[in-house]
Amino acid sequence: MDELYSLVDWSRAQFALTAMYHWLFVPLTLGLGLIISCMETVYYRTGDERWKRMTKFWMNLFGVNFALGVATGIILEFQFGTNWSNYSWFVGDIFGAPLAIEGIMAFFMESTFIAIMFFGWNKVSRGAHLASTWLTTIGASISALWILVANAWMQNPVGMQFNPDTVRNEMVDFWSVLLSPVAINKFFHSVTAGWVLGAIFVVAISAWFLLRKREEYMATRSMKVAAWVGILGILFVMQTGDGSAYQVAKYQPMKLAAMEGLYEGDTEQAIIAFGVMNPEKKSYDDGVEPFLFKVEIPKVLSMLATRDAEGFVPGIEDIIRGGYPIVSDDGTMRVAPSAEERMARGKAAIEALADYKEARKMGNVAAADEAAMRLNANYADFGYGYITDVNQLIPHVPLVFYSFHIMVILGGYFLLLFIVILILLYRKTVARYKWLLWIFVASLPLGYVCLQSGWIVAEVGRQPWVIQDIMPTFAAISRVETSAVQTTFWLFTAIFTVLLIAEISIMIKQIKKGPEQK
Amino acid sequence: MELTISFYQHYWWLLISVLGALLVFLLFVQGGQTMLSSLAKKPVEKTMLVNSLGRKWEYTFTTLVVFGGAFFASFPLFYSTSFGGAYWLWMAILFSFVIQAVSYEYRSKKGNFLGMKTYDTFLLINGVVGVTLLGVAVGTFFSGADFRVDKENLFDVAMPVISTWENPWHGLEAVADWRNLLLGVTLFFLARVQALLYFINNIDDENIYHRSRRHLLYNAVPFVVFFLTFVAVTLCADGYQVDSETAEVSVRPFKYFYNFVEMPWALIMFLLGVVAVLYAIVRTAFFARWRCGIWYSGMGTILVVLALFFIAGYNHTPYYPSNVDMQSSLTIVNSSSSLFTLQVMSIVSLLIPFVLLYIVWAWRAMDRKSITEEEMNDNEHLY
Repeated sequence: MDELYSLVDWSRAQFALTAMYHWLFVPLTLGLGLIISCMETVYYRTGDERWKRMTKFWMNLFGVNFALGVATGIILEFQFGTNWSNYSWFVGDIFGAPLAIEGIMAFFMESTFIAIMFFGWNKVSRGAHLASTWLTTIGASISALWILVANAWMQNPVGMQFNPDTVRNEMVDFWSVLLSPVAINKFFHSVTAGWVLGAIFVVAISAWFLLRKREEYMATRSMKVAAWVGILGILFVMQTGDGSAYQVAKYQPMKLAAMEGLYEGDTEQAIIAFGVMNPEKKSYDDGVEPFLFKVEIPKVLSMLATRDAEGFVPGIEDIIRGGYPIVSDDGTMRVAPSAEERMARGKAAIEALADYKEARKMGNVAAADEAAMRLNANYADFGYGYITDVNQLIPHVPLVFYSFHIMVILGGYFLLLFIVILILLYRKTVARYKWLLWIFVASLPLGYVCLQSGWIVAEVGRQPWVIQDIMPTFAAISRVETSAVQTTFWLFTAIFTVLLIAEISIMIKQIKKGPEQK
Repeated sequence: MELTISFYQHYWWLLISVLGALLVFLLFVQGGQTMLSSLAKKPVEKTMLVNSLGRKWEYTFTTLVVFGGAFFASFPLFYSTSFGGAYWLWMAILFSFVIQAVSYEYRSKKGNFLGMKTYDTFLLINGVVGVTLLGVAVGTFFSGADFRVDKENLFDVAMPVISTWENPWHGLEAVADWRNLLLGVTLFFLARVQALLYFINNIDDENIYHRSRRHLLYNAVPFVVFFLTFVAVTLCADGYQVDSETAEVSVRPFKYFYNFVEMPWALIMFLLGVVAVLYAIVRTAFFARWRCGIWYSGMGTILVVLALFFIAGYNHTPYYPSNVDMQSSLTIVNSSSSLFTLQVMSIVSLLIPFVLLYIVWAWRAMDRKSITEEEMNDNEHLY
């Protein structure tokens, strides 16, 4: 078992590394793509060469960023097979489809039109070029849609049914998978977060030009487009963030409890605006106070999680012990089972599956039917059968708590930032306030911190599950040597880091050079 | 008429075969990457070669990614077994493509940190290692691999992994199998032949044209020799056969030869493809000023690869034979997704002609005028 955990830890580390690197480049592609498309639209409508020059400048930075997004993306896709092979079989029937559809619908669109976007200025008409730029941006968003649908399905597995003959989950309702509220919220939340990052990127670089008293026209116009994209983006992010949190409360209560560092739940539950967690807190039932310091806003967590200021929000202890009331999807009330009960059901499901296979081998139809009934009755807790200690069910609380609060605080800061920028731009005084321009420049890394924090909440917060309640992460792995995964982990670390340094270095040179002088 | 799961399994093997065939054609990009130094004598010539390939590299890359995604969606047991088992083989292939993905964009940019030579070396590695190992990986469709599938392992809470690789080299052993290596080397020379034909078609430069024609024969001869050896070895080899009633797998001598006999349309495709590739090579090499070889060799390559995929997966043939447990061998029946998933994806696959259409439009728009030295001097965005 120790060997298994070591392999799981390294496989998780490798996936997290790749995903985090990938998520440095993808949101900028989404956001900058939209901004470039808007700029080129202005050029198309006005014929103003200054907007063409502006578009080309940002497009060059887009290209440098895009290449690394592609490089990290291929590893991410194939890692489902190389490092999570058991997962690939167990849910490949559902999870594989969005990946294939992503390839057919999005990847070819991106790779085809990006070539026109960069090399087609003198080869196709202005309209065809504009269409290519928009199609590249739309292709990137469609790509995001399918991979986020796949990710959302892991957080809230719907539209499927377990087939004991093939020993896997099979899709039975495609629309439930595509249109689940979790998927819709996740898609809009992630894509519009990309808009925000793209906007901060353009604002920061434009501010730098203004500080240097260079390219004033380009800088102020770019800032205006970016600020509008940014403010629209952050409003969507907030709205869908609320929707996401509501879905988390419904389907992943443990994640919500970790996000809030909530050990003992209550009705009229307050939300923590700011807090410092107690490092002495080691276990959910050790009696240690979880916070050294906290600032709360009364009733808000109940309101957000249950849409009722007096609603009950379970904490970690409640979820482990069970016994609190929950509302099912069909509106009926029931009592939450304890973790021990769910573990017993999970074990019963695994035993029933083994019995089913044995009965089928022996040709005993009646026994197979009886085993299938037991399996179906307990399948909702199948993954709990692999859990050996209730503590495995609790994610890393401080990491999730701090990531969530950093994300939320920075989100509020970005809203304020874009409002200030727009006011100054419309007053035509943005270049006057140097200290503000420096703040705009310094906000760029905060954008990345915010987006990375969001994914840490989503992915660390759902541990130990790779598929909520159905499959724990450690049951999803490939059976390779731990040393092999360690080796590839360090190889990836080295190559991605070197390439990231190259990317940043190229970008800095291109920014310093500025747009083409023509 | 209600279509059965068997129809969809065959349909998706067809789509996998089409993607595989397109990928092999598009590997001309990788082939070209291995000849940048030998074909260019001046920096501007190298720039033309790199930019000619650089406007196409994303097609190859995307086709590889979609090939993987489509395999995952339609035959997830292969994805699970091969990628999770032959870990080092697939990782080596992926690494070679990761370093390619940035090389075009970064190589000539100021501040690229590693220098142009490093990125050109990345392209060379991708061209040699990536292509050869892809050939080795596909070679295991005929030579088999050392895996075992036992779905009942899922009941073992301590190690619930259903596919196990029985060879500690985790895929590297495939490189040591001369039959796989034969296909790898064949693919390597084919990619170079196709690249030369592509340069002849796409670049308007006398020096590059003459050097490409000269190199064509140097690469075409080993390609033909290795290809014919691979075909002879494969057609003479024993293969596995699945009993359609009992799903029992057994050995059948000359299995792939009989697959051609029992599927004569596949044989016709194969022969037509071979003729088209040879025609492209011979006419380009011996008749001056004919620049259309890439299209004949491209079509020929697609037909040959399709035919090879067909004999690997159709006619009750396990496309991924297990060398340690014959009954674990993967077929299009036992490794496929469910009927519902295959149906959903088949509806989505109706978009493919539309995708092909816009690719053709973009390709024509970009290649209407050949690449010239003047364009390299004028263009702002160069690789």
